[in-house]
Amino acid sequence: MCKNCGCSVVGEVGIHTQTPPQSHDDRHDHHHDRHHHHHNGNNRQTITIAQSILEKNDRLAERNRGYFLAKELLVLNVLSSPGSGKTTFLQRTFSDLGKDIRAGVIVGDLETDKDAQKLRSVGTPAVQITTGNVCHLEADMVQRAAKKLDLDALDLLIIENVGNLVCPAAYDLGEDSRVVLHCVTEGEDKPLKYPTIFKSADVVIVSKIDIAEVVGFEREEAIANIQKVAPQATIFEVSARTGEGMKDWYSYLADRLSKIQAVKV
Amino acid sequence: MTHEVGIITQTLDIALDRAYTKGASQIHWLKMRIGRDSGVVPEALEFAFDVVTKGTIAEDAKLEIETVPVICHCSKCDLDFQPIKPIDELNQPIYECPLCGKLSEQVLAGKEIELVSLEVS
Repeated sequence: MCKNCGCSVVGEVGIHTQTPPQSHDDRHDHHHDRHHHHHNGNNRQTITIAQSILEKNDRLAERNRGYFLAKELLVLNVLSSPGSGKTTFLQRTFSDLGKDIRAGVIVGDLETDKDAQKLRSVGTPAVQITTGNVCHLEADMVQRAAKKLDLDALDLLIIENVGNLVCPAAYDLGEDSRVVLHCVTEGEDKPLKYPTIFKSADVVIVSKIDIAEVVGFEREEAIANIQKVAPQATIFEVSARTGEGMKDWYSYLADRLSKIQAVKV
Repeated sequence: MTHEVGIITQTLDIALDRAYTKGASQIHWLKMRIGRDSGVVPEALEFAFDVVTKGTIAEDAKLEIETVPVICHCSKCDLDFQPIKPIDELNQPIYECPLCGKLSEQVLAGKEIELVSLEVS
Protein backbone atom coordinates (compact mmCIF):
# COMPACT_ATOMS: atom_id res chain seq x y z
CA MET A 1 0.00 0.00 0.00
CA CYS A 2 1.19 3.48 -0.82
CA LYS A 3 2.09 5.24 2.43
CA ASN A 4 1.25 8.69 1.10
CA CYS A 5 -2.28 8.39 -0.14
CA GLY A 6 -3.37 4.98 1.04
CA CYS A 7 -4.00 3.62 -2.44
CA SER A 8 -3.02 0.00 -2.80
CA VAL A 9 -0.75 -0.89 -5.66
CA VAL A 10 0.17 -4.51 -4.99
CA GLY A 11 -2.43 -7.10 -5.88
CA GLU A 12 -5.30 -4.92 -4.86
CA VAL A 13 -6.38 -1.55 -6.12
CA GLY A 14 -4.45 0.73 -8.38
CA ILE A 15 -5.78 3.40 -10.66
CA HIS A 16 -4.72 3.39 -14.26
CA THR A 17 -5.95 5.53 -17.03
CA GLN A 18 -3.77 3.61 -19.51
CA THR A 19 -1.90 0.33 -19.60
CA PRO A 20 -0.85 -0.81 -16.13
CA PRO A 21 2.83 0.15 -15.67
CA GLN A 22 5.29 -2.38 -14.29
CA SER A 23 7.25 -0.98 -11.36
CA HIS A 24 5.82 0.35 -8.10
CA ASP A 25 6.86 3.92 -8.74
CA ASP A 26 5.56 3.90 -12.27
CA ARG A 27 2.17 2.72 -11.13
CA HIS A 28 1.48 6.12 -9.64
CA ASP A 29 -0.13 7.91 -12.50
CA HIS A 30 -1.28 10.64 -10.19
CA HIS A 31 0.25 13.24 -7.94
CA HIS A 32 -0.79 13.05 -4.36
CA ASP A 33 -1.66 16.72 -4.07
CA ARG A 34 -4.14 16.37 -6.94
CA HIS A 35 -5.56 13.08 -5.83
CA HIS A 36 -9.15 14.30 -5.58
CA HIS A 37 -9.27 14.84 -9.34
CA HIS A 38 -9.89 11.15 -9.77
CA HIS A 39 -13.05 11.34 -7.77
CA ASN A 40 -14.68 14.02 -9.86
CA GLY A 41 -15.58 14.57 -13.46
CA ASN A 42 -17.00 12.25 -16.06
CA ASN A 43 -13.71 10.69 -17.03
CA ARG A 44 -13.76 6.98 -17.18
CA GLN A 45 -11.11 5.27 -15.16
CA THR A 46 -9.90 1.71 -14.89
CA ILE A 47 -9.49 0.16 -11.48
CA THR A 48 -7.13 -2.78 -11.35
CA ILE A 49 -8.20 -5.37 -8.81
CA ALA A 50 -6.47 -8.67 -9.65
CA GLN A 51 -8.13 -10.50 -6.80
CA SER A 52 -9.17 -14.09 -6.53
CA ILE A 53 -12.89 -14.25 -5.82
CA LEU A 54 -12.38 -17.24 -3.55
CA GLU A 55 -9.49 -15.65 -1.67
CA LYS A 56 -11.53 -15.19 1.48
CA ASN A 57 -12.63 -18.82 1.43
CA ASP A 58 -9.09 -20.00 0.73
CA ARG A 59 -7.76 -17.99 3.66
CA LEU A 60 -10.38 -19.40 6.02
CA ALA A 61 -9.67 -22.89 4.71
CA GLU A 62 -5.96 -22.49 5.49
CA ARG A 63 -6.90 -21.37 8.97
CA ASN A 64 -9.11 -24.43 9.42
CA ARG A 65 -6.29 -26.66 8.17
CA GLY A 66 -3.82 -25.29 10.69
CA TYR A 67 -6.36 -25.62 13.47
CA PHE A 68 -7.20 -29.22 12.59
CA LEU A 69 -3.53 -30.12 12.32
CA ALA A 70 -2.85 -28.65 15.75
CA LYS A 71 -5.62 -30.91 17.07
CA GLU A 72 -3.98 -33.90 15.30
CA LEU A 73 -7.23 -34.47 13.51
CA LEU A 74 -7.56 -36.20 10.15
CA VAL A 75 -10.14 -34.26 8.13
CA LEU A 76 -11.70 -35.59 4.94
CA ASN A 77 -13.96 -33.73 2.52
CA VAL A 78 -16.28 -36.35 1.03
CA LEU A 79 -17.91 -35.49 -2.29
CA SER A 80 -20.26 -37.24 -4.68
CA SER A 81 -23.46 -36.99 -6.67
CA PRO A 82 -26.71 -37.35 -4.75
CA GLY A 83 -27.61 -40.97 -4.10
CA SER A 84 -24.17 -42.47 -4.56
CA GLY A 85 -24.23 -43.99 -1.11
CA LYS A 86 -22.16 -41.49 0.89
CA THR A 87 -24.18 -41.74 4.08
CA THR A 88 -24.39 -45.54 4.05
CA PHE A 89 -20.68 -45.76 3.32
CA LEU A 90 -19.87 -43.45 6.22
CA GLN A 91 -22.31 -45.20 8.54
CA ARG A 92 -20.54 -48.50 7.90
CA THR A 93 -17.14 -46.87 8.29
CA PHE A 94 -18.01 -45.34 11.66
CA SER A 95 -19.66 -48.49 12.89
CA ASP A 96 -16.67 -50.69 11.93
CA LEU A 97 -14.04 -48.31 13.25
CA GLY A 98 -15.79 -48.22 16.61
CA LYS A 99 -13.40 -46.88 19.24
CA ASP A 100 -10.22 -47.57 17.25
CA ILE A 101 -10.55 -44.31 15.39
CA ARG A 102 -12.88 -41.86 17.09
CA ALA A 103 -14.87 -40.16 14.35
CA GLY A 104 -17.14 -37.15 14.10
CA VAL A 105 -19.02 -35.85 11.09
CA ILE A 106 -20.23 -32.58 9.63
CA VAL A 107 -23.02 -33.13 7.12
CA GLY A 108 -24.00 -30.64 4.46
CA ASP A 109 -27.43 -30.84 2.86
CA LEU A 110 -29.80 -28.41 1.25
CA GLU A 111 -32.55 -29.28 3.73
CA THR A 112 -33.34 -31.72 6.60
CA ASP A 113 -31.04 -33.38 9.09
CA LYS A 114 -31.94 -36.95 8.09
CA ASP A 115 -28.34 -37.82 7.18
CA ALA A 116 -27.01 -36.54 10.49
CA GLN A 117 -29.67 -38.55 12.33
CA LYS A 118 -28.62 -41.72 10.49
CA LEU A 119 -24.98 -41.14 11.37
CA ARG A 120 -25.79 -40.40 15.00
CA SER A 121 -27.63 -43.73 15.16
CA VAL A 122 -24.25 -45.51 15.04
CA GLY A 123 -22.97 -43.37 17.90
CA THR A 124 -21.05 -40.81 15.85
CA PRO A 125 -21.29 -37.17 16.89
CA ALA A 126 -22.82 -35.36 13.93
CA VAL A 127 -23.47 -31.73 13.11
CA GLN A 128 -25.81 -30.88 10.27
CA ILE A 129 -25.36 -27.82 8.10
CA THR A 130 -28.43 -27.00 6.07
CA THR A 131 -27.27 -24.74 3.29
CA GLY A 132 -30.73 -23.72 2.06
CA ASN A 133 -30.10 -22.99 -1.60
CA VAL A 134 -26.30 -23.04 -1.55
CA CYS A 135 -25.02 -26.00 -3.52
CA HIS A 136 -21.73 -26.55 -1.69
CA LEU A 137 -20.05 -26.10 1.69
CA GLU A 138 -17.64 -23.24 2.33
CA ALA A 139 -14.78 -22.96 4.78
CA ASP A 140 -16.60 -20.61 7.16
CA MET A 141 -19.57 -22.99 7.46
CA VAL A 142 -17.17 -25.77 8.41
CA GLN A 143 -15.45 -23.54 10.93
CA ARG A 144 -18.75 -22.75 12.63
CA ALA A 145 -19.96 -26.36 12.56
CA ALA A 146 -16.66 -27.70 13.92
CA LYS A 147 -17.09 -25.56 17.03
CA LYS A 148 -20.12 -27.66 17.93
CA LEU A 149 -18.02 -30.83 18.12
CA ASP A 150 -15.59 -31.80 20.85
CA LEU A 151 -12.64 -32.07 18.48
CA ASP A 152 -10.21 -33.04 21.24
CA ALA A 153 -12.17 -36.25 21.67
CA LEU A 154 -11.87 -37.11 17.94
CA ASP A 155 -9.22 -38.57 15.61
CA LEU A 156 -11.18 -38.27 12.40
CA LEU A 157 -13.52 -35.59 11.15
CA ILE A 158 -15.51 -36.34 8.03
CA ILE A 159 -17.15 -33.50 6.15
CA GLU A 160 -19.95 -34.92 4.04
CA ASN A 161 -20.38 -32.25 1.39
CA VAL A 162 -23.62 -31.43 -0.44
CA GLY A 163 -24.36 -34.07 -3.09
CA ASN A 164 -23.01 -32.32 -6.18
CA LEU A 165 -20.07 -33.03 -8.49
CA VAL A 166 -19.61 -29.50 -9.80
CA CYS A 167 -19.68 -26.65 -7.31
CA PRO A 168 -17.89 -28.12 -4.26
CA ALA A 169 -14.76 -28.63 -6.39
CA ALA A 170 -13.85 -24.95 -6.16
CA TYR A 171 -14.14 -24.64 -2.38
CA ASP A 172 -11.28 -25.68 -0.13
CA LEU A 173 -12.60 -26.43 3.35
CA GLY A 174 -9.27 -26.97 5.07
CA GLU A 175 -9.38 -30.75 4.70
CA ASP A 176 -6.36 -33.05 4.70
CA SER A 177 -7.75 -35.12 1.82
CA ARG A 178 -10.55 -35.05 -0.69
CA VAL A 179 -12.53 -38.22 -1.17
CA VAL A 180 -14.79 -38.54 -4.21
CA LEU A 181 -17.36 -41.34 -4.37
CA HIS A 182 -18.15 -42.87 -7.72
CA CYS A 183 -21.09 -45.24 -7.62
CA VAL A 184 -21.29 -48.20 -10.02
CA THR A 185 -24.78 -47.06 -11.07
CA GLU A 186 -23.27 -43.85 -12.47
CA GLY A 187 -21.60 -45.67 -15.36
CA GLU A 188 -18.01 -45.42 -16.47
CA ASP A 189 -17.84 -41.88 -17.88
CA LYS A 190 -18.35 -39.85 -14.68
CA PRO A 191 -14.65 -38.93 -14.26
CA LEU A 192 -14.55 -37.67 -17.86
CA LYS A 193 -17.75 -35.67 -17.48
CA TYR A 194 -16.75 -34.10 -14.17
CA PRO A 195 -12.97 -33.87 -14.52
CA THR A 196 -12.52 -30.86 -12.23
CA ILE A 197 -13.75 -32.65 -9.15
CA PHE A 198 -11.96 -35.91 -9.97
CA LYS A 199 -8.71 -34.07 -10.67
CA SER A 200 -8.85 -32.61 -7.19
CA ALA A 201 -9.42 -36.00 -5.52
CA ASP A 202 -6.87 -37.66 -3.25
CA VAL A 203 -9.05 -40.74 -2.97
CA VAL A 204 -11.72 -42.16 -5.27
CA ILE A 205 -14.12 -44.68 -3.75
CA VAL A 206 -15.97 -46.87 -6.23
CA SER A 207 -19.11 -47.64 -4.22
CA LYS A 208 -21.87 -50.28 -4.28
CA ILE A 209 -19.66 -52.86 -6.05
CA ASP A 210 -22.00 -55.60 -4.82
CA ILE A 211 -24.49 -54.55 -7.52
CA ALA A 212 -21.89 -53.83 -10.22
CA GLU A 213 -22.77 -56.88 -12.27
CA VAL A 214 -26.52 -56.27 -12.14
CA VAL A 215 -26.16 -52.73 -13.47
CA GLY A 216 -23.64 -53.75 -16.13
CA PHE A 217 -20.77 -51.74 -14.70
CA GLU A 218 -17.61 -52.01 -16.83
CA ARG A 219 -15.02 -52.07 -14.08
CA GLU A 220 -11.82 -51.91 -16.16
CA GLU A 221 -13.08 -49.01 -18.24
CA ALA A 222 -14.19 -47.05 -15.18
CA ILE A 223 -10.90 -47.57 -13.35
CA ALA A 224 -8.95 -46.56 -16.47
CA ASN A 225 -11.02 -43.37 -16.74
CA ILE A 226 -10.42 -42.51 -13.10
CA GLN A 227 -6.68 -43.05 -13.51
CA LYS A 228 -6.58 -40.96 -16.67
CA VAL A 229 -8.26 -38.00 -15.03
CA ALA A 230 -6.88 -38.43 -11.52
CA PRO A 231 -3.50 -40.19 -11.68
CA GLN A 232 -2.75 -38.96 -8.17
CA ALA A 233 -5.78 -40.61 -6.54
CA THR A 234 -5.78 -43.79 -4.49
CA ILE A 235 -8.71 -45.95 -5.60
CA PHE A 236 -10.78 -48.20 -3.33
CA GLU A 237 -13.55 -50.45 -4.57
CA VAL A 238 -16.05 -51.10 -1.82
CA SER A 239 -19.48 -52.29 -0.84
CA ALA A 240 -20.77 -50.78 2.36
CA ARG A 241 -23.52 -53.39 2.36
CA THR A 242 -21.34 -56.53 2.22
CA GLY A 243 -18.20 -54.95 3.67
CA GLU A 244 -16.12 -55.93 0.65
CA GLY A 245 -13.04 -53.73 0.20
CA MET A 246 -13.71 -51.75 3.35
CA LYS A 247 -10.59 -53.08 5.14
CA ASP A 248 -8.23 -51.40 2.67
CA TRP A 249 -10.05 -48.13 3.23
CA TYR A 250 -9.65 -48.46 7.00
CA SER A 251 -5.92 -49.16 6.58
CA TYR A 252 -5.66 -46.02 4.50
CA LEU A 253 -7.40 -43.98 7.23
CA ALA A 254 -5.13 -45.42 9.92
CA ASP A 255 -2.07 -44.65 7.80
CA ARG A 256 -3.12 -41.04 7.09
CA LEU A 257 -3.97 -40.55 10.74
CA SER A 258 -0.56 -41.77 11.91
CA LYS A 259 1.07 -39.35 9.45
CA ILE A 260 -0.97 -36.44 10.78
CA GLN A 261 -0.18 -37.36 14.36
CA ALA A 262 3.53 -37.60 13.54
CA VAL A 263 3.57 -33.95 12.43
CA LYS A 264 4.91 -31.82 15.22
CA VAL A 265 3.14 -28.48 15.17
CA MET B 1 -28.93 -22.49 -8.04
CA THR B 2 -25.42 -22.97 -9.22
CA HIS B 3 -22.31 -21.60 -7.57
CA GLU B 4 -21.81 -19.16 -10.45
CA VAL B 5 -24.45 -16.94 -8.84
CA GLY B 6 -22.50 -16.95 -5.59
CA ILE B 7 -19.28 -16.21 -7.40
CA ILE B 8 -20.78 -13.34 -9.36
CA THR B 9 -22.37 -11.95 -6.20
CA GLN B 10 -18.98 -11.96 -4.46
CA THR B 11 -17.36 -10.43 -7.54
CA LEU B 12 -19.95 -7.68 -7.69
CA ASP B 13 -19.53 -6.96 -3.97
CA ILE B 14 -15.81 -6.38 -4.50
CA ALA B 15 -16.45 -4.27 -7.62
CA LEU B 16 -19.15 -2.10 -6.01
CA ASP B 17 -17.01 -1.56 -2.94
CA ARG B 18 -14.07 -0.38 -5.07
CA ALA B 19 -16.28 1.74 -7.31
CA TYR B 20 -17.92 3.52 -4.38
CA THR B 21 -14.52 4.09 -2.78
CA LYS B 22 -13.50 5.88 -5.95
CA GLY B 23 -16.68 7.92 -5.91
CA ALA B 24 -17.94 6.34 -9.11
CA SER B 25 -21.59 6.35 -10.09
CA GLN B 26 -21.44 3.84 -12.90
CA ILE B 27 -19.51 0.68 -13.73
CA HIS B 28 -18.98 0.29 -17.48
CA TRP B 29 -17.28 -3.07 -17.61
CA LEU B 30 -15.73 -5.76 -15.46
CA LYS B 31 -12.98 -8.07 -16.57
CA MET B 32 -12.63 -11.56 -15.10
CA ARG B 33 -10.15 -14.39 -15.64
CA ILE B 34 -11.67 -17.85 -15.49
CA GLY B 35 -9.51 -20.95 -15.63
CA ARG B 36 -10.59 -23.78 -17.87
CA ASP B 37 -10.27 -26.12 -14.87
CA SER B 38 -11.88 -23.86 -12.27
CA GLY B 39 -15.24 -25.59 -12.32
CA VAL B 40 -16.89 -22.32 -13.32
CA VAL B 41 -18.82 -22.07 -16.58
CA PRO B 42 -18.41 -18.67 -18.31
CA GLU B 43 -21.90 -18.82 -19.87
CA ALA B 44 -23.44 -19.39 -16.45
CA LEU B 45 -21.43 -16.47 -15.09
CA GLU B 46 -22.73 -14.19 -17.81
CA PHE B 47 -26.29 -15.24 -17.14
CA ALA B 48 -25.85 -14.73 -13.39
CA PHE B 49 -24.20 -11.37 -14.01
CA ASP B 50 -27.26 -10.04 -15.82
CA VAL B 51 -29.50 -11.10 -12.96
CA VAL B 52 -27.31 -10.02 -10.06
CA THR B 53 -26.42 -6.56 -11.41
CA LYS B 54 -30.07 -5.49 -11.80
CA GLY B 55 -30.71 -2.30 -9.88
CA THR B 56 -27.04 -1.65 -9.15
CA ILE B 57 -24.60 0.81 -10.72
CA ALA B 58 -23.29 -2.15 -12.73
CA GLU B 59 -26.68 -2.78 -14.37
CA ASP B 60 -25.47 -1.69 -17.81
CA ALA B 61 -21.96 -3.02 -17.38
CA LYS B 62 -20.42 -5.50 -19.75
CA LEU B 63 -18.77 -8.61 -18.38
CA GLU B 64 -15.60 -9.58 -20.21
CA ILE B 65 -14.31 -13.05 -19.50
CA GLU B 66 -10.81 -14.16 -20.36
CA THR B 67 -10.51 -17.93 -20.34
CA VAL B 68 -7.23 -19.18 -18.94
CA PRO B 69 -5.97 -22.41 -20.46
CA VAL B 70 -4.75 -25.28 -18.32
CA ILE B 71 -0.99 -25.62 -17.97
CA CYS B 72 0.48 -28.72 -16.39
CA HIS B 73 3.94 -29.69 -15.29
CA CYS B 74 5.67 -33.00 -15.88
CA SER B 75 8.08 -33.62 -13.01
CA LYS B 76 9.92 -36.34 -14.92
CA CYS B 77 10.73 -34.20 -17.97
CA ASP B 78 10.67 -30.88 -16.07
CA LEU B 79 8.34 -29.59 -18.76
CA ASP B 80 5.37 -27.24 -18.62
CA PHE B 81 2.76 -28.12 -21.19
CA GLN B 82 -0.75 -27.32 -22.25
CA PRO B 83 -2.94 -30.40 -22.50
CA ILE B 84 -4.79 -29.92 -25.73
CA LYS B 85 -5.49 -33.45 -26.79
CA PRO B 86 -9.19 -34.22 -26.46
CA ILE B 87 -9.58 -37.89 -25.79
CA ASP B 88 -13.09 -38.51 -27.01
CA GLU B 89 -16.42 -36.91 -27.78
CA LEU B 90 -16.52 -35.43 -24.29
CA ASN B 91 -13.64 -33.23 -25.35
CA GLN B 92 -11.89 -33.32 -22.01
CA PRO B 93 -8.15 -32.90 -22.14
CA ILE B 94 -6.13 -35.52 -20.34
CA TYR B 95 -3.03 -34.19 -18.69
CA GLU B 96 -0.55 -36.37 -20.54
CA CYS B 97 3.05 -35.22 -20.97
CA PRO B 98 3.76 -34.86 -24.70
CA LEU B 99 7.32 -36.16 -24.20
CA CYS B 100 7.05 -39.15 -21.91
CA GLY B 101 3.30 -39.76 -21.79
CA LYS B 102 3.20 -39.63 -18.00
CA LEU B 103 -0.09 -38.33 -16.59
CA SER B 104 0.52 -35.13 -14.74
CA GLU B 105 -1.25 -34.15 -11.53
CA GLN B 106 0.47 -30.78 -11.20
CA VAL B 107 -1.71 -28.04 -12.55
CA LEU B 108 0.14 -24.72 -12.75
CA ALA B 109 -2.63 -22.63 -14.30
CA GLY B 110 -6.27 -23.04 -15.18
CA LYS B 111 -7.94 -22.82 -11.78
CA GLU B 112 -8.27 -19.02 -11.72
CA ILE B 113 -11.48 -17.27 -10.69
CA GLU B 114 -10.38 -13.65 -10.57
CA LEU B 115 -11.69 -10.15 -10.89
CA VAL B 116 -9.02 -8.40 -12.97
CA SER B 117 -10.26 -4.85 -13.37
CA LEU B 118 -13.23 -2.62 -13.94
CA GLU B 119 -13.94 0.66 -15.65
CA VAL B 120 -15.97 3.24 -13.80
CA SER B 121 -16.96 6.85 -14.08
